[in-house]
Amino acid sequence: MRIERTKRMKKRVAYYQGCSLEGLAVEYDISTRSVCKALDVELVEIPDWNCCGSTPAHSHDPLLSAALAGRNLAIAEKIGCETVMTPCPGCLKSLKGALQVFHNEREHDSFMQLLAMPFAGEIKAISVLQLLYETVGADQILQRITRPLIDLVLAPYYGCLLSRPAQFAQFDDPENPVSMDELLSSAGATVVDFPYKTECCGATYGVTRNEIVAKLTGRILDMALSLGAQAIVVACPLCQQNLDLRQSQVDRHWKRRFDIPAVYITQLLGLALGIEPERLGLDKLFVKPDFFLKLSLNHSEQMKEAQS
Amino acid sequence: MRIGVFVCQCGTNIAGTVDTESVACQALQHPDVVYATSYMYTCSEPGQQQIQRAIKEENLQGVVVAACSPRMHEPTFRRAVEKAGLNRFMFEMANIREHVSWISNDRDANTKKAAEQVQMAVAKLRFNHPLFSSKVPINKKVLVIGGGVAGIQAALDCADGGLEVVLVERQPSIGGKMAKLDKTFPTIDCSSCILGPKMVDVVQKENIRLSTCSEVESVSGYIGNFSVQIRRKTTYVDWSLCTGCGLCMEKCPSKKVPDHFNEDLGNTRAISIPFPQAIPRKATIDKEYCRQFTKGKCGVCKKLCPVGAINFEMEDEFISEDVGAIIVATGFDMFDHTSYGEYGGGRFPDVISGLQYERILSASGPFGGHIKRPSDGREPKNIVFVACVGSRDASVDRPYCSGVCCMYIAKQAILTRDHLPDANCYVFYMDIRSPGKNYDEFVRRAQEEYGVNYIRGRVGKIYPKDDHLIVQGADTLLGVQVEVKADLVVLATGVEASAGARELAEKLRISYDQHGFYMESHPKLRPVETNTAGVYLAGVCQGPKDIPSSVAQGSAAAAKVQALFSRDTLETNPQVALVNERACVACGKCIQVCPFGAIQWKELRGGIQKAEVLPSVCQGCGLCNATCPPKAVQLQHCTDNQILAEIDVLCA
Repeated sequence: MRIERTKRMKKRVAYYQGCSLEGLAVEYDISTRSVCKALDVELVEIPDWNCCGSTPAHSHDPLLSAALAGRNLAIAEKIGCETVMTPCPGCLKSLKGALQVFHNEREHDSFMQLLAMPFAGEIKAISVLQLLYETVGADQILQRITRPLIDLVLAPYYGCLLSRPAQFAQFDDPENPVSMDELLSSAGATVVDFPYKTECCGATYGVTRNEIVAKLTGRILDMALSLGAQAIVVACPLCQQNLDLRQSQVDRHWKRRFDIPAVYITQLLGLALGIEPERLGLDKLFVKPDFFLKLSLNHSEQMKEAQS
Repeated sequence: MRIGVFVCQCGTNIAGTVDTESVACQALQHPDVVYATSYMYTCSEPGQQQIQRAIKEENLQGVVVAACSPRMHEPTFRRAVEKAGLNRFMFEMANIREHVSWISNDRDANTKKAAEQVQMAVAKLRFNHPLFSSKVPINKKVLVIGGGVAGIQAALDCADGGLEVVLVERQPSIGGKMAKLDKTFPTIDCSSCILGPKMVDVVQKENIRLSTCSEVESVSGYIGNFSVQIRRKTTYVDWSLCTGCGLCMEKCPSKKVPDHFNEDLGNTRAISIPFPQAIPRKATIDKEYCRQFTKGKCGVCKKLCPVGAINFEMEDEFISEDVGAIIVATGFDMFDHTSYGEYGGGRFPDVISGLQYERILSASGPFGGHIKRPSDGREPKNIVFVACVGSRDASVDRPYCSGVCCMYIAKQAILTRDHLPDANCYVFYMDIRSPGKNYDEFVRRAQEEYGVNYIRGRVGKIYPKDDHLIVQGADTLLGVQVEVKADLVVLATGVEASAGARELAEKLRISYDQHGFYMESHPKLRPVETNTAGVYLAGVCQGPKDIPSSVAQGSAAAAKVQALFSRDTLETNPQVALVNERACVACGKCIQVCPFGAIQWKELRGGIQKAEVLPSVCQGCGLCNATCPPKAVQLQHCTDNQILAEIDVLCA
């Protein structure tokens, strides 16, 4: 009984979904939950979670931003979690920033005063990618693959925040990250050596200066297609938004039709783990990934036939 | 005892935050102090004369100087009091600069602490006794560790002066990194043409004993009398027989052995002579690739060798050498060019390191001196050089300048334009550092005469596209982003401390900085000495530098050894342990703890055993003193009584 309990404790992770995953990136939330369930990772949603303190807060007062993120961490600590996982790199940056402020001698006291609740600062904040790559591990995932992604050629795109700045992220190679490459390879896919894996997608300029996003995102789409990729794999809601939702705008700017899906890493791993496409939110994508869904499903049927 | 106290102001270094007059006044209240004064620069000639005059006029028997660290001027003041007729050990120094004035601005607290330091020095001095040195002979043989250009120069200069030299080199051949270079800046002379004759000189000098494939295993002893254990790693070839004919290398069936001399750009055999000009020109077997060792059978070389030099049963040998001085010239390693993920070194075959390009340029290199791409052997049309790869970058823990990569890029670009006049060369740089003689003119020539395109800015990313490499960078002078379609990219890698540098430092008891470069005794005034007497530095092991500076340091270290060896004897340090035989209970604990083996048993009449210190071996560390239960062993000039006296006045 006791042993079982500790075993369960090991993979109990606080889950901070953040605002994007409630809205535009709902499929990231759905697929993250499904994949974690399939891999026996218990996600405990932080009760009464609040804004991570992103742009509106930190452009007004960095300390307020840190305290907002700190409140989520403090609650997670209170419910007995050692790690908080968030799929959104923006949220991750805020959570890690709060920990940094907590451990900074000069800011510590004013941070705690503003937070006004007990907080030990011992909790660790990681991304879902880091959870899959480091906590679960590619070899563990490999053992549970039931529908390998054979026939799929994928371009992993990490964006700017997941591995950088190096000393802050403490994850993967800052300039040539390989965690998604390795996860996708172990899921059976062909992964292209994607040179633009950390190039800028234009980020929030999508709202204010759309042509910047059109130009930068277009380069990424173009590079992925020129390398023969059938889809771009992402781990950031903002990158995904620019690559997927805004792809028609990019098409207009470049006067061509890219037509390449931008899929979350959790969605693809979910497919490989045998989770039904509906439980991965694949229908929420703007650029439809139908063809590779078929490829992947056909392949698994062939496998089944071969086995029987 | 009549004691005089001299408080130094050191200009404003001390007087700025310490009331030196007050320190001197307070000193007069201590027992035995009959004279105290404060002076602007006590170490200056008038300052020293003031001490000497006071010794004579006031009949002083002991002197305290409160000034800087004893590491700086204790020898100076000891000489001064000796000239005035006192024993040099009737002198004490209180460090009120490094330990007081430089570390705080609180004048009152500083003055109080300085006065206490002086009080402690006076208390100790009251228990000082005159001590006298004895003389020990110097072993006039020198060990040079490292056979690169700095070590070669040091060995040759020592040998020219008639000294016996032992030269130890880790690799099978001497020559170091310089032997791998094609040409040298800023004169474009051929590296092996200027180094080769020096290498030959090393084997032709009768008084140089060369030991390659060897490493220093352990070092004991002290200046004038070191004893060194050298491990000669087995080569499986009896070098006393090997003639260097090269037949074994020609016939060896194991052909896919990375050629380290060619920076792994080509292959060599499992038995090989590293390069045509190798000194000594002898074959070595690489056990990792030799079929005799990997498969258990082969022996082709053994059958073919005309002199029967191959011996698969050979083992490491140990050689003992007694020397009087050691010159350390262990050189450096190149920064690992695969460390930057964004440059793709190690992933893309046509992204190479500076030293790899040097081998490509060399006529004895993997492509016979023709510039070709490692991937497909095609002649490159556009070549990009990236400066400061692993230099001046704190994010990879290399915040220092390599001191050579600006210059070797300029040289390589000039040579490229000479070899391939139609090729375009681009150099991405941060700043151009060319402070040597004729260096800046050389870089200008690359830009102006040879038309090399210098772009000021960093490269952010390199990736392959079609048959090319796309180099994305910034031109910070124009404020634009640039993209170059390159065929070959040379990463101008910086330098780092040699592998094993830290371990060797510990054997030699010398210190190193946070990057593993050896510390000189003084950054300006003692550039080739270390803090261990009798151990000297030459070349890049002390810090990044180019060939002229390495050679100059090699000669400088040799000159230091010559100066040391121009005497026949050394004065011993009388600050050694001494056994009070009446108190010794013969427990033997001191013998157990002594790290230098300086204590032995001595038999008195009637077979009574007592401990005895060998003064010539004792280093004065004090371990025996601290260990001895009845306190029979006392370290001279630092006895228990002296330390307790200091503590007493501080706690009173």
